[in-house]
Amino acid sequence: MYEFNYQKAGSVADAAAKVAGADDGTLMAGGMTLIPTLKQRLAMPSDVVDIGQLADLQGISVAGGKVSIGSMTTHDTVANSADVKGAIPALTVLASGIGDPMVRNRGTMGGSVANNDPAADYPGAVLGLGATVVTDKREIAGDDFFTGMFETALDEGEIITRIDFPVPTKAAYTKFPNPASRYAIVGVFVAQTADGVRVAVTGAGGTAFRATEMEAALNANFSPSALDGISVSADGLNKDIHASAEYRAHLIGVMAKRAVAACG
Amino acid sequence: MPRDDGIGASVRRKEDFRFVTGQGSYTDDLNRQGQTYAAFVRSPHAHATLNSVNTSAAAAMDGVVAIFTGQDLLDAEVNGLPCGWQVHSKDGEPMVEPAHPALAQGKVRYVGDAVAVVIAETLGQARAAAEAVEVDYGVLPAVGNMTAAKSGKAQLFEEAPNNQCYDWELGDEAEIDAAMAKAAHVVELPLVNNRLIANPIEPRVAIGDYDTATGEHTLFTTSQNPHVIRLLMGAFVLGLPEHKLRVVAPDVGGGFGTKIFHYAEEAIVTWAAAKVRRPIKWTSDRSEAFMTDAHGRDHETVAKLGLDADGEFLALKVQTDANMGAYLSTFAPAVPTYLYATLLAGQYTTPLVYANVRAWFTNTVPVDAYRGAGRPEATYVIERIVEEAARQIGMDPADLRAKNFISPDAFPYQTPVALEYDSGNYAGTLEMAKQAINYDGFAARQAASKAAGKLRGIGFSAYIEACGIAPSAVVGSLGARAGLYEVANVRVHPTGSVTMHTGTHSHGQGHETTFAQVIAERLGVPIENVDVVHGDTNNIPFGMGTYGSRSLAVGGSALAKALDKVEAKAKKIAAHLMEASDTDVEFKDGQFTIAGTDKSVAFGDVALTAYVPHNFPHDELEPGLEEQAFYDPANFTFPAGCHIAEVEIDPETGTVTLANFVAADDFGNIVNPMIVEGQVHGGIAQGVGQALLEGCVYDEDGQLVTGSYMDYAMPRADNLPNFTVDTQVTPCPHNPLGVKGCGEAGAIAAPAAVMNAVTGALRAAGVTKPIDMPATPSKVWAALHAS
Repeated sequence: MYEFNYQKAGSVADAAAKVAGADDGTLMAGGMTLIPTLKQRLAMPSDVVDIGQLADLQGISVAGGKVSIGSMTTHDTVANSADVKGAIPALTVLASGIGDPMVRNRGTMGGSVANNDPAADYPGAVLGLGATVVTDKREIAGDDFFTGMFETALDEGEIITRIDFPVPTKAAYTKFPNPASRYAIVGVFVAQTADGVRVAVTGAGGTAFRATEMEAALNANFSPSALDGISVSADGLNKDIHASAEYRAHLIGVMAKRAVAACG
Repeated sequence: MPRDDGIGASVRRKEDFRFVTGQGSYTDDLNRQGQTYAAFVRSPHAHATLNSVNTSAAAAMDGVVAIFTGQDLLDAEVNGLPCGWQVHSKDGEPMVEPAHPALAQGKVRYVGDAVAVVIAETLGQARAAAEAVEVDYGVLPAVGNMTAAKSGKAQLFEEAPNNQCYDWELGDEAEIDAAMAKAAHVVELPLVNNRLIANPIEPRVAIGDYDTATGEHTLFTTSQNPHVIRLLMGAFVLGLPEHKLRVVAPDVGGGFGTKIFHYAEEAIVTWAAAKVRRPIKWTSDRSEAFMTDAHGRDHETVAKLGLDADGEFLALKVQTDANMGAYLSTFAPAVPTYLYATLLAGQYTTPLVYANVRAWFTNTVPVDAYRGAGRPEATYVIERIVEEAARQIGMDPADLRAKNFISPDAFPYQTPVALEYDSGNYAGTLEMAKQAINYDGFAARQAASKAAGKLRGIGFSAYIEACGIAPSAVVGSLGARAGLYEVANVRVHPTGSVTMHTGTHSHGQGHETTFAQVIAERLGVPIENVDVVHGDTNNIPFGMGTYGSRSLAVGGSALAKALDKVEAKAKKIAAHLMEASDTDVEFKDGQFTIAGTDKSVAFGDVALTAYVPHNFPHDELEPGLEEQAFYDPANFTFPAGCHIAEVEIDPETGTVTLANFVAADDFGNIVNPMIVEGQVHGGIAQGVGQALLEGCVYDEDGQLVTGSYMDYAMPRADNLPNFTVDTQVTPCPHNPLGVKGCGEAGAIAAPAAVMNAVTGALRAAGVTKPIDMPATPSKVWAALHAS
């Protein structure tokens, strides 16, 4: 990696100030994407501002029909949280399937969501549960957050502080992993909520998206068979050596049915 | 009672304490006084002319000690990397053997081809300066695979106008075609043996050092065979005599074949260290390893099997294209020829076998031996087409195999493809494997899977390999440019402890334990009093290293011969002490005795007498107790066995789950069953990896698509079931320990077993079109979807 200044932030405000004050500063959460990028000399920030350990950004609380998770909470903490499991078990399933134990003990929810890798799991949950992304400046609806591949509604230097997930009636996440990286080739998050059924798809497109035709069918009849006959277009879906766009389109249907079945 | 540390005991590995406590000493752990660091400028293009290489800006950067280019090597008369095996085409012409410069000269021919080396005070400075070297590439069309190479879209070398390295054959084509014409059934099968990247956990490292006082050059390197590197680099590349060149391969973290070869980086750090008068360390990072370690396999084959009406094999005809990559790596030409076609008889009595192998240059990193080297490719051809034949003629695949097996009383057995098998019992391992997997219960398991919406398949692989590489005269006549004997030195110390020096090299195999067991058994000394040393040309007499499952069969045989000499001399000393004739002395459990008397002398007393020779037969013997032996094997050894895989496929996603895997192997006598079991497990994991997960992909333009673990799928624990492995013992009749070798069996047998199971399951769903490895979910789904 190239040399850079490592700065540890003392608070959210301090982190924002340090990034703003740097020539070309970047925030680091768990570093699970940033560090490999640095090691391959694909990024050359002047400053890396570490917010991974900030106490204000840790922790999980369940109250008022929502699960609030501090942005720097690790995947492992979410995966093993009895509170999360009691309220939204699909979220613990999702977190426990990210990467490997080393990644889960370093990687954070906020880091994953802010990075918005098209194959990441958490965008599926944010979109699928209609979560609210809370930053140091404002609240952003999950539906408005993911704007494109590796792009989000976050402004320069804006820091996610927590994510509020409304507790659904039922929810499940089903992922078809890439055999090499184990990122999602297709991941489908299905939730039955007070406002209706939400079906969010990650891995398949440039960014996570909702499958509205499936949502309509499931609103009418929440069962796997309701999805029979609904085919997803391969147009615009990702393709690589592991999966064609057609295969991904097919897998969306399979994973969606399995997620509905897993909702019980 | 047998010893608990002798032959046949599952002794815990002596070396593991240092490995599992992080105290191993790997090449990158070594640091030399005043050490500098090397970084290579590597081509981002698969094929380009080198119009200019401008190092002036880079040379002025902080910490830069020196920069060398291909021109500098040319000026210094540093030679290219040699190839260790010459193959002749069927027209008698030698293979095309282009120069392989250590740093590119005139042209680059694959992504990662080294253009220059920067040596600096720190690694960061070296890398920064490497990025500042200005290279003007004239990008040329590239051929990223064999189809493109044959198309003539680009030409790598002037001397290979159609990119062909050789066109070799074994057998009589006209005779085969005539036999095929008379066959009741002819089964034809196209097969691709996918290109693999070895991925040892430790990447390659090389440290060059030069002693101005003595003129001695030292290379510390991650090698499976330090003497071979000394020979190739010293004699062919740098022109350094052996007594001034020391090569050390300390603890090495896995090789799998890819650390056999002599690599450019080794020669460059050795040469440059003497130029700059400073030690130079180069450590490959993982991306560099993907790009520059020699890859494995990469064959495209069409096989034809002729059978009579009863299912007897009449003839096998094999046409194979083999990818050599951009240059010939150390043993590359031998892998698809003498290590491949000579095994195409398999376990069967097929009277006629013909193989035509064409080797091609492509704009990819060189391809060379990878665990099994030629023998997995041969097994894949035979065992896939035999299974296919059983399906086409409607015979049980186990019965078809058993019908055609060489019978246990037919050994030694001369095959039609040059080899003489020494011993075996193929029906025995087939039966063991069938029992282990409960073959009779398969139909019920398949029905249960079907009821659950799944497809189930079972697949056999009755493999044979030629190991114990190799009789020097035989391989010499086939084009090898080296002998393949082995060396052992047994040094008995005055108090009776033992240090053994072996020319083989352990990089995961457990030699420090296995060889020590042989010594403990033979000399009656406790295993903790025995140390096995390898890996340093300055203290090992000589050796050809470790590959081809040769260490115990060849190195262990050298050890047995050296132990014979130790025992013979010790008996004479004991006879002197007991005032008897040495012909009357018996040696057992560490005690020398005279039959019919109560006289005895302990081994330790004999050792002490040898070094404190006050009461010693000086007129007959020299003091000391140290013996050495070279062993050149009489024949290859022929481990064989039967592996069976059972898979379940989810037709909705194409996911293949390996439901069960059993192995019945015959490795001859076994010294340490636990180590053998571990070797089999590791080999199976790699074989399953090849069948289901691993596949190196270059695009049409020669860019490496699978350049990291994000895209190259390695097998992991959760891809694998518990294996059931067992062994049958048919001793090797021609080496002193009766051993055959076990290191490659799993990787040789497993791919065919898994793919036979996958294709069997797909056939039940109506898919008859062949599917190639790796059988990934997307490929399996596409095959099902297309049907």
